[in-house]
Amino acid sequence: MTGARPDPDALLARAKEEEARKTRGRLKLFFGAAAGVGKTYAMLEAAGELKADGIDVVVGLVETHGRVETEALLKGLDVLPPRLVPYRGTTLREFDLDAALERHPTVIVVDELAHSNPEGSRHAKRWQDVLELADAGIDVYTAMNVQHLESLNDLVAKITGVVVRETVPDSTLERADEIELVDLPPDDLIQRLQEGKVYVPQQAQEAMRNFFRKGNLIALRELALRRTAERVDAQMQAYMRDHAIAKTWPVAERILVCVSPSPQAAQLVRAGRRLATHLGAQWIVAWVETPAAAKLSQADRDRVVQTLRLAEQLGAETVTLTGSTMSEELLAYARARNVSKIVIGKPARTLWKRILMGSIVDALVRGSGEIDIHVVSAEKDAGAPAPASRPVTPTAWAPYVEALAVVAACTGIAWLMFPHLGLSNLIMVYLLGVVAIAMRSGRGPTALASLLSVATFDFFFVPPFFSFAVSDTQYLVTFAVMLIVALVISGLTVRTRAQAEAARSRERRTAALYAMSRELASTRGVDDLLTIAVRHIVEVFPADVAVLLPEGGRLTPRTLPAATLHTDAAEQAVAEWVYAHRELAGLGTATLPGAAALYVPLIGSRGAAGVLGVKPAEPHAFDNPEQLHLLETFANQTALAIERATLADEAQASQVRIETERLRNSLLSSVSHDLRTPLATITGAATTILESGTRLDQRTQQELLESVRDEADRLNRLVQNLLEMTRLESGALQLHKDWHPVEEVVGAALGRLAKSLGSRRVSVSIPPDLPLVKIDDVLIEQVFVNLLDNAIKYTPPDSAIRIIVTATDQSLTAEVADHGPGLPKGQEALVFEKFHRAASEGRRGAGLGLAICRGVVQAHGGRIWAHNLPEGGVAFLFTLPLTDAPPASVPADA
Amino acid sequence: MPDPIVVLIEDEPQIRRFLRATLNGQGYRLFEAATGADGIVEVGSRQPDVVIIDLGLPDMDGVAVIRRLREWTAVPIIVLSARGQERDKVTALDAGADDYVSKPFSAGELLARIRVALRHTAGASHEADEAAFKVGDLQVDRLRRHVALGGAEVRLTPTEYKLLTTLIRHAGKVVTHQQLLREVWGPAHTDQAHYVRIYMAHLRHKLEAEPARPRYLLTEPGVGYRLAAD
Repeated sequence: MTGARPDPDALLARAKEEEARKTRGRLKLFFGAAAGVGKTYAMLEAAGELKADGIDVVVGLVETHGRVETEALLKGLDVLPPRLVPYRGTTLREFDLDAALERHPTVIVVDELAHSNPEGSRHAKRWQDVLELADAGIDVYTAMNVQHLESLNDLVAKITGVVVRETVPDSTLERADEIELVDLPPDDLIQRLQEGKVYVPQQAQEAMRNFFRKGNLIALRELALRRTAERVDAQMQAYMRDHAIAKTWPVAERILVCVSPSPQAAQLVRAGRRLATHLGAQWIVAWVETPAAAKLSQADRDRVVQTLRLAEQLGAETVTLTGSTMSEELLAYARARNVSKIVIGKPARTLWKRILMGSIVDALVRGSGEIDIHVVSAEKDAGAPAPASRPVTPTAWAPYVEALAVVAACTGIAWLMFPHLGLSNLIMVYLLGVVAIAMRSGRGPTALASLLSVATFDFFFVPPFFSFAVSDTQYLVTFAVMLIVALVISGLTVRTRAQAEAARSRERRTAALYAMSRELASTRGVDDLLTIAVRHIVEVFPADVAVLLPEGGRLTPRTLPAATLHTDAAEQAVAEWVYAHRELAGLGTATLPGAAALYVPLIGSRGAAGVLGVKPAEPHAFDNPEQLHLLETFANQTALAIERATLADEAQASQVRIETERLRNSLLSSVSHDLRTPLATITGAATTILESGTRLDQRTQQELLESVRDEADRLNRLVQNLLEMTRLESGALQLHKDWHPVEEVVGAALGRLAKSLGSRRVSVSIPPDLPLVKIDDVLIEQVFVNLLDNAIKYTPPDSAIRIIVTATDQSLTAEVADHGPGLPKGQEALVFEKFHRAASEGRRGAGLGLAICRGVVQAHGGRIWAHNLPEGGVAFLFTLPLTDAPPASVPADA
Repeated sequence: MPDPIVVLIEDEPQIRRFLRATLNGQGYRLFEAATGADGIVEVGSRQPDVVIIDLGLPDMDGVAVIRRLREWTAVPIIVLSARGQERDKVTALDAGADDYVSKPFSAGELLARIRVALRHTAGASHEADEAAFKVGDLQVDRLRRHVALGGAEVRLTPTEYKLLTTLIRHAGKVVTHQQLLREVWGPAHTDQAHYVRIYMAHLRHKLEAEPARPRYLLTEPGVGYRLAAD
């Protein structure tokens, strides 16, 4: 054993817990042995003291039961108005959780921790309300009696004979940061009771009198004291750990509790829990599904499920194992998990059964090796509901009829063989028939076939024939062996089949999970991922499914092809709760069980990514913890996939941000230069004229004014281009397409540039029979203007420009070519990028013109490119599709 | 003839200042309004010969002002508008404006538009004198239905001729596609804008030396056509 080495898992868990504790509100529990010891009084007194210290204390809910002293304490304290719930004709005064969260005091007092909330409340139990308050960062003062503690529930029932139905899980007690034991000696309590100072409901007077017997009170007091002492002990240990007071790093013990479908399994779980608490150990509750389990009634299966749920509530890990023998499976699992102790119930099998079939305990003890085996007695619990008589499962008749038919067929075959072959061969035929039945049907039909085989064999083939009488006693041995062989074979076959069935169903689940993970791994985009996840989940769990992801601060259902679950406002609220608390809620859970669907948080490594809503076709589908775990595994896979997708998106977004930033810088430098230069010229020229006025000669004045005009034109073009680019990029650009002759558009562009073209030669070649083209004339004119402008800027003032338009059936190509220096090699594609400018000095423009051309041409479904001409200069070409049907012909002209 | 009166409805003081200098220097009497409401009052009280209106006014839409004015006056209205707002221009023209100038514009451009507008008001009173039209080498005699280019006769089909004479009636002013369709083909064909474009192309091939660089039949992209007047 590894002595004093700290367990890293435990360290991590403690660190996490510390972290959580910092943000959580503190929970103070006033703990008493029985009603009437003065918990409420003590609690209110403490609240009053806080109030006096100026702390914001609110009384969430307190039952004074009309006690004067207690009511006096309420004076001066803020009391939250109760939530009024109509219930069977009366009105219940319930704790208003939402109001409390809204009010968010520093400390809140909530009495009666074990109280069950009426239907329609958010949580089934008040302790859940209290935990939510603490999670929200509110300190809570609350009170409970020892008999309500889940793990002591059965003990209390045994001591007092009164079964308490309202229980609080021990984990809540452990969550409490402080426990204050409110103690009153039994004699004093009984006196208080006699003085009428203890509130007892009218109808429960008789039961209560039994409950408040001195013996009971002493026992309860002892339980409460012991539980508190255990708690103090645990705190002491934690303190020693925290402050590195060496000696104890208790070796992590692990306990495995093996449960059966018996009603005593709950007791076994509680015993396991007590043992685990004493040892400070982790504990696991296991249920082994052997082939025999296939025969269990629905009630037994339900009980197993309930037992496992109870175990989970008490803080255990639960697991369902599948195997042929319970003991082997248990031991294998125990070794795999490093279990130090196995807890098992005392076998209920009668002695002769044990001798015949062996006992699990014996098998365990034989194979346990270093693992301790604890056998716990399972007394009948007075309070526990009597085991329901096993309901008769509806019998399927077809297999029995089949068994009859097979036996009849065997008899027929044997009859044919009878004259020629010996009796032993006929027996083989019957055995073959029994095996055939065993392979197809269950134990019942096989047993029937076995018995019938023996009977018919006797009737037809054993002398005296056609009678069940047997002349020779040696046949009795034959019958016995035949029956035993038939039963053994059938047993083996049925068992093998059941195992195969179980293996198959596990395999199916694993395969489904694997298939989903594999498909998710190769998918991108949140919606695609979710579509896949939902499809797989629906395949495995027949259900209506919805996925809700946070969007703009609210959970919003994603519209997916397979998501068929519709969430109304109430369901939405459940999902919101699940998202906020990262816990299961809804159908089949203790929280908001009234919801139509079960909501599972999608928890990734960075918190909840969303919520999965599942409304199973069969409402109890998820009562089985194993199914629930499988669903959670699916949810986790989905969450991780979503997270991966969001991370990828974020990486991409940050890439885009960097790119945008770079563009913005480039824009700023480009624009600030291009805006300032003309402005400087304009300002300079204007002020010169203003200040020097008449001293300037006519020619100089004229020149200055022309430069003002030219620079203003340039500024105008720049602003125009910036606006155009913004419209293109923001997607606000709308094409107003109509049928136009290209010639007209070219004409308009040349007209607009008439001034800058000056005396330049421009040759235009457009075929006269060119059809009309469906374009936005304003934008295509802009394309021509920009291309011509480009040519004007980069070529000598007297060089010629050429415009050639050609067309095929499919598209039209326009070319604007110049005789300038051409593009630098390798820049042919770059020139269409924003803010790209040819490297030559002294050129003007922000480098937007060609980018706009590209945007417009692409918006028209065409493409644009440039190439240097062999004879010098550059040609810019763009295409426009001619795919639209031309307009109705023009009426003939008379 | 007394100096023509111009009412300017424009909210930008800088533009008002520049137009005041330009128009006063050219012998116009200018009255200014900074809002649409003031503008309507000003037009009512000054009886101007031309109204210049900016489409973006602080108190009401320029097009709405045009509609209000058109309820009771036929005074020529010239719209100031930015490039890239072709739809707005067409709306303003359809609402009754006569012409437009795109900002930024030169003084010469605006003055030419004002001259055209004044000529049309004057021309309305002596319609008969306008039977003969001449611009550059193009001569049209509407009494004889005779079209000549540099002295040589050009043969036009009836629709081409009707299109040309419609443009002549609005010579120098912009005419929208809708207006041309209505006046040449009739109100039933106002959704067939490509008729106009095809016939304009025919006309250009018959009347222009370089149809792709027209001198007379000018295109205003997104708005309509303008027949050069001088």
